[in-house]
Amino acid sequence: MPIELNVNGQARTVDVDPETPLLWVIRDDLGLTGTKYGCGIAQCGACTVHVDGEPLRSCSAPVAAMSGRQLTTIEGLSSRTAKAVQKAWVDLDVVQCGYCQSGQIMSAVALLEKLPRPTDLDIDHAMAGNICRCATYHRIRAAIHAASAQLHA
Amino acid sequence: MRMAKRTQLWSLLVLGVLPCVPVSATDLQPPASFDGIADRAERSRSLFVEAGKVLQSPRCLNCHPVGERPTQGADMHPHGPLVVRGPDGKGAVGMRCTTCHQAANFEASGVPGNPDWQLAPATMAWQQRTLGQICALIKDPKRNGGRTLEQLQAHLAHDTLVGWSWNPGGKREPAPGTQESFGALTAAWIASGAECPR
Repeated sequence: MPIELNVNGQARTVDVDPETPLLWVIRDDLGLTGTKYGCGIAQCGACTVHVDGEPLRSCSAPVAAMSGRQLTTIEGLSSRTAKAVQKAWVDLDVVQCGYCQSGQIMSAVALLEKLPRPTDLDIDHAMAGNICRCATYHRIRAAIHAASAQLHA
Repeated sequence: MRMAKRTQLWSLLVLGVLPCVPVSATDLQPPASFDGIADRAERSRSLFVEAGKVLQSPRCLNCHPVGERPTQGADMHPHGPLVVRGPDGKGAVGMRCTTCHQAANFEASGVPGNPDWQLAPATMAWQQRTLGQICALIKDPKRNGGRTLEQLQAHLAHDTLVGWSWNPGGKREPAPGTQESFGALTAAWIASGAECPR
């Protein structure tokens, strides 16, 4: 069944089962492999994308529910906030193995777009669903604060 | 001909291919079962105790927690990942209920859903409360969202998020009975004076 999507500002049509998890459409049908598969049950956050500016675990949403909504994947991040987060991630050398990092960055950007000066508790609550097997949590938190400071410099 | 029909019916029952409606401990007794209780207040309390099988099922209690965090599962363990009620009952900034819960149960991931997925207000904490205390809570407009008894009844009998309790998806055990039978019990409870168990 053809489904019309808007992904990273571009209109795309996919012909898939409407109950297909959005994640697999993004990766397999659209070729945007920056979004990662981790658990498939919304427990790890690796598959996080933005839908109308809010974070969403793409493994747990049927693609048919995405028609008429604005999808952004890690490849499409381009806002001032996103650039500040990406710079902070590089400056603080956040990444270790890197597998979870696109999901971490998607959640961090979504948080800073809504709360430009988050507290540690705000960060803990917003990032609790993004698991890092390398336990880089302290650097993730520091990088979010650094991006916030950069945005307000 | 009649005998033949009987024979066919019997063989179908033996083979177990006829649909049947099981009567189990998870069914709710209808309001008429309580008609024999002559004392009106006692009948009302008994009706609420029966409805309480739903109110105190994990399907309801998990999202009526004491504190900021919901629980999940039949054993009511803390929700994973960590989530909090937030200012509107729908999560923290950056970690909304809709981050994971969509408009319907999603069998591919096993994550349950409803368009209005949210936690009950903190004033409606049912966990760690007796059924009598829950009764007093849900009757109190200062704590139940300003609802009259009639509005409360409409909420319990027709709200789709309440109704999710009987259609939880996956391997989750539904709340006892049906939303219709639960609504009939709560209507009869209100009609008999909305008395609370002691």
